[in-house]
Amino acid sequence: MDYHAPESIHAAISLLVNAEGDARVLAGGTDVLVQLREEMIEPNHLIDIKNIAETRNISICAKEVRVGAAVTGAELGEHPKVKALWPGVVEAVGLIGSHQIQSRATMGGNLCNASPAADSVPALIAADGKVVIAGPNGERKISIEDFLIAPGKTALAIGEFVVALALPIPPTRTADAYLRFIPRTEMDIAVVSAGSAITLDEDGKCTHARLAVGAVAPTARLVKSASGILVDGLLDDDRLEQLAQATSAVCEPIDDKRGTVAFRTQVAGVLACRAVKLAWQRAMERDI
Amino acid sequence: MSKHFVSAIVNGDEVEFRCDSGETLLDVLRTKLYLTGTKNGCGTGDCGACTVLMNGRAINSCLVLGAECSDMSIETIEGMAVGGELHPLQQKFLDHAALQCGVCTPGILNMAKALLKENSNPSETEVRFGLAGNLCRCTGYDKIVRAVMDAAAEMRARRT
Amino acid sequence: MNEKRKNSTRSGSNFKWVGEVTPRPDGVDKVTGRARYGDDLKLPGMLHARVLRSPHAHAKIVSIDTSKASALEGVKGVVTYRDIPDHPLATPPYPPIIQDFHDLSRNVMARDKVLYDGHAVAAVAATSEAVAREAIKLIQVKYETLPHVLDPFEATLSDAPILHEYQFTEGADPDTSKPSNTFRTLSGERGNLVQGFSEADVIIEREFSSQPVHQGFIEPMACVASASEDGSVELWTSTQGHFVARGLLSKLLNLEISKLRVTASEIGGGFGAKTTIYGEPVAIRLSQKTGRPVRMTFTRSEVFRATGPAAGSRCRIKVGIKSDGTITAGDAEIWYQAGAFKGAPVGRALDTFFSPYNIKHIRAAAHDVCVNRPKVAAYRAPGAPMATWAMEAVLNEAADVIGIDPIDLRLRNAVKEGDTSLKGTKHGRIGLIEVLEATKNHAHYTAPLGRNEGRGFAVGYWLHGGGLSSASVILQDDGTVNVATGSPDIGGSRSSMRAMAAEELGIDVKLIKPIIADTGSLPYSYQTAGSRTTYATGMAVVNAARDVIDRLRALAATKWDIGVKDVRWDDGHAIPADKYEGEISPLSLKELAEVAMKMGGAIAGHSEINASGQGAAFCAQLVDVCVDPETGRVTPIRHTVIEDVGRAISPDYVEGQMQGGAVQGIGWALNEEYIYNENAQLQNTGFLDYRMPVASDVPMIDTVIVEVPNPNHPYGVRGVGEPPLVSAPAAVANAVENAIGTTMSHLPLTPPKILRAIGETIPEAAE
Ligand code: FES
Ligand code: FES
Repeated sequence: MDYHAPESIHAAISLLVNAEGDARVLAGGTDVLVQLREEMIEPNHLIDIKNIAETRNISICAKEVRVGAAVTGAELGEHPKVKALWPGVVEAVGLIGSHQIQSRATMGGNLCNASPAADSVPALIAADGKVVIAGPNGERKISIEDFLIAPGKTALAIGEFVVALALPIPPTRTADAYLRFIPRTEMDIAVVSAGSAITLDEDGKCTHARLAVGAVAPTARLVKSASGILVDGLLDDDRLEQLAQATSAVCEPIDDKRGTVAFRTQVAGVLACRAVKLAWQRAMERDI
Repeated sequence: MSKHFVSAIVNGDEVEFRCDSGETLLDVLRTKLYLTGTKNGCGTGDCGACTVLMNGRAINSCLVLGAECSDMSIETIEGMAVGGELHPLQQKFLDHAALQCGVCTPGILNMAKALLKENSNPSETEVRFGLAGNLCRCTGYDKIVRAVMDAAAEMRARRT
Repeated sequence: MNEKRKNSTRSGSNFKWVGEVTPRPDGVDKVTGRARYGDDLKLPGMLHARVLRSPHAHAKIVSIDTSKASALEGVKGVVTYRDIPDHPLATPPYPPIIQDFHDLSRNVMARDKVLYDGHAVAAVAATSEAVAREAIKLIQVKYETLPHVLDPFEATLSDAPILHEYQFTEGADPDTSKPSNTFRTLSGERGNLVQGFSEADVIIEREFSSQPVHQGFIEPMACVASASEDGSVELWTSTQGHFVARGLLSKLLNLEISKLRVTASEIGGGFGAKTTIYGEPVAIRLSQKTGRPVRMTFTRSEVFRATGPAAGSRCRIKVGIKSDGTITAGDAEIWYQAGAFKGAPVGRALDTFFSPYNIKHIRAAAHDVCVNRPKVAAYRAPGAPMATWAMEAVLNEAADVIGIDPIDLRLRNAVKEGDTSLKGTKHGRIGLIEVLEATKNHAHYTAPLGRNEGRGFAVGYWLHGGGLSSASVILQDDGTVNVATGSPDIGGSRSSMRAMAAEELGIDVKLIKPIIADTGSLPYSYQTAGSRTTYATGMAVVNAARDVIDRLRALAATKWDIGVKDVRWDDGHAIPADKYEGEISPLSLKELAEVAMKMGGAIAGHSEINASGQGAAFCAQLVDVCVDPETGRVTPIRHTVIEDVGRAISPDYVEGQMQGGAVQGIGWALNEEYIYNENAQLQNTGFLDYRMPVASDVPMIDTVIVEVPNPNHPYGVRGVGEPPLVSAPAAVANAVENAIGTTMSHLPLTPPKILRAIGETIPEAAE
């Protein structure tokens, strides 16, 4: 295996295109190094993208927030503005592993690992995030839902890699939240998770709602009916009950070492309600 | 496997080493630099025994490649006591009996050091969550948490 | 956090060092990274070993072809079962944890069959870790897979796959002509069960099960073997008992005992699992074959897959109680998973069920059953936590039914001095009543509980170990002292050895440096296990120190030219009898050390003992938990451990043992388990999914040290390490039951199980 540390997008692409055998992109390494050690992957080339400036930046413009693919969880958490705009996304990334892991793990890596249980994903979907991809044919931008195809499988074509994640600048009175269920308090992979983004009008009525759940299907799922249940209404028990049911209905989990079908299905509904409540409350607290 | 020639700063000293692409910083520290105070409890980022500081941040050295360490500054347990004097954390770990077998101790001390840099007055809960990536099977954590909080108090007092 | 709590009930003493908090002798090395553990030794020319392990739970080995691996550049040696001597099946009786060399040989390296996922099949030694890893992939093994069995009860059924065609149930089984997975059933009975149950007003009968759990020490098994052409072997290994390791290795590999020198490295936790051998024989054979030192360090996944967890269990229990709280009868039966080879801790289980209570009519039976899992090893009070859980759960339920306080129920039936356990142990001075009273009087017991919170209580019994220990106390010519023992120090025992030596000699602990001697430097010592070290090895240290004192008195007598009877030892000085008062001035230990070098020679004291009289100890726990009714998640919020330790020599390390055991018990009760897929392959081979408690999972653990001194020990020591784990899972499980108002009978109490028990219904999934 050869390790490469290109310093430009162009150089990375040409390494990826010209690599003989299997090439893997390395960002924080907290998944890739484990997979290497456990011999789950045996690539011929490891292409470290951390030395490419675009992957290390956080930029905010009128339209969007761009978080470089190699920005670490710790760096994202320390950024005052992103957290104010999308607290749920930042919290989701902050839940990935220990403090030590946070010093290395990246949102880009979490996404590209394409685990059904990835913490950042439901939050990113709820926030309507996009993936910024660089490749031999230039840059393209696709939705998170389109990017994730199956466990361990993404829409990246040969020669492509993720440069950044883009989040919209949230509309007025919008907030998000992410919650996950783990049996311990830390260091576990999500057994079930839910991310939600809520927009309210001046009367506290919901005008826009997105809800996504993780670890309950091959890829994180957007609960499409959530919007119909929540929009134009206030948050009451009746709606929450409907929401829980609608969430459980989209779940197609498996039984594995981390949880059972019944448990995941039921708790997805619980977490969905809790995440919506939290996002709602945060949105209420925003004056703008 | 390609070889890499890496120069880095370890505990303030310039060091140079050669490593394979697949070798981790933990491998390098233990087998190339013979700094065996950094422990290997799992190799997969789950126990924290291999925790060292890299450019001031606590990391799992088992999850960093040696080749990634060019020009990085690494702090290991061997560099914690300075000039024959124990770091307040080290001293408080002894005072509070915060270790039994001691194999988790180097990693926990490094993590605690990073933690106290960020937050000089952590609550019990903050210490517990801050150390959640460091498994200790012997102590039940009670005395570790006390030692870290007491060291924090001592370090605050020293500063003023 | 509460203020620093020193809420220990301690009897107080006139000792200067015993019972005092003193800086730990190995402490600085351990906080500075200097301390050397199993994997920290590097020898010139050292090779790295890796083991090839079976992916199958049960299969015949048809062939092993190592030629490609041997041919790989950098590979210096390969071993398979052909390199590990075979041994005939041993004849009974077996000690409680069985070491049958026929089995040991097969567990170290699979011979004709592999018996569990992770069973060692071959090993290589190579110039680097990377080459060794490459090499084992080149070893070709042909397997013929066989059906497997994982559950100890299913393994006893007539259609179960048989692990060992040569194993026939010992003892009572009606049909012993057919091979069986049950190695033996131990049982004991006293009184008349029918009568006992007929006297009861309430009879409670329940079934329980628990999953295997791993000791979870943070340092993986690691050793370095160096064999010489002259036939001698040096071994450096992370072990709880280097003398025992030497004994096992010399017999297994047909080595002469005197030529095998074993040095115990610092040990990064063991909890019982490092009382046996795994990689050591393989490393030695590789070193012998290559003529170079060989290091063998297991990966974490090897530790989980192939080193002994504690047995999983299935159990049924029936207890009869009168409405006044008198327990009239108890009947229990438990099936333990021994793993691939016999040796589940059945003997201890029998003794555990009913031993805290004086019950007239009891019976207990325990089955030692082989299944396709790694062979069990000891884990902190082997066999006891599961049996204790069953009994304590039933007693708490009974207390509820008859409306009596659960501690009063125990007090009513508590064993006292002179009572006898089922196995016939007659108790000496024991402290169960003191422990129960301290528990009842503790503020925790009556503290108010909040919503969704529950409180659990349980008490545990453990009969500590004694056995062989030896010690040398060496007086150096500058008046400082080395204390050498053969007991590896896992949790701070060097501190206690030093305190006892200081107390005897009458000198400052700072003048004493305790060390762990290798197997060539001291007579045989048993392992650091069974909570025996401070008791037994401590006694040897006391004897050896007294031996030094006798010699110093004799030396002083010679120097003063008076009779040795006229010299006494007090506070670090040889003191002449009163009649010489004013004539001869006393000599300090330091002065005598100098004198010795000029007269008669250097001075040391020795002791080799086979300790007994350690006796029983009891530990109660109070646990509060909060259960999230919507997710089944359990948060432990308050925990108090109350234990009679006889006397605490190093109180802060005694507390540490109590706290560590309690948290292991929390893990056992809530989340830890071995999870297999349908092919019996272990699914959670790392810390990520083998969910041990992390710092944020647990509260502060309060301790109450009860001291009812053990009359059989010079300082009253009873032992401390194991009892805290005996009662912890029971107390935690009881707290969960109390919080959710339902009985829970299958450990671990994972959120899915709790949610199911709470009875939340799963919403109908809309199409
Ligand atoms: S060895 Fe690096 S986290 Fe365990
Ligand atoms: S002191 Fe042994 S693992 Fe922490």
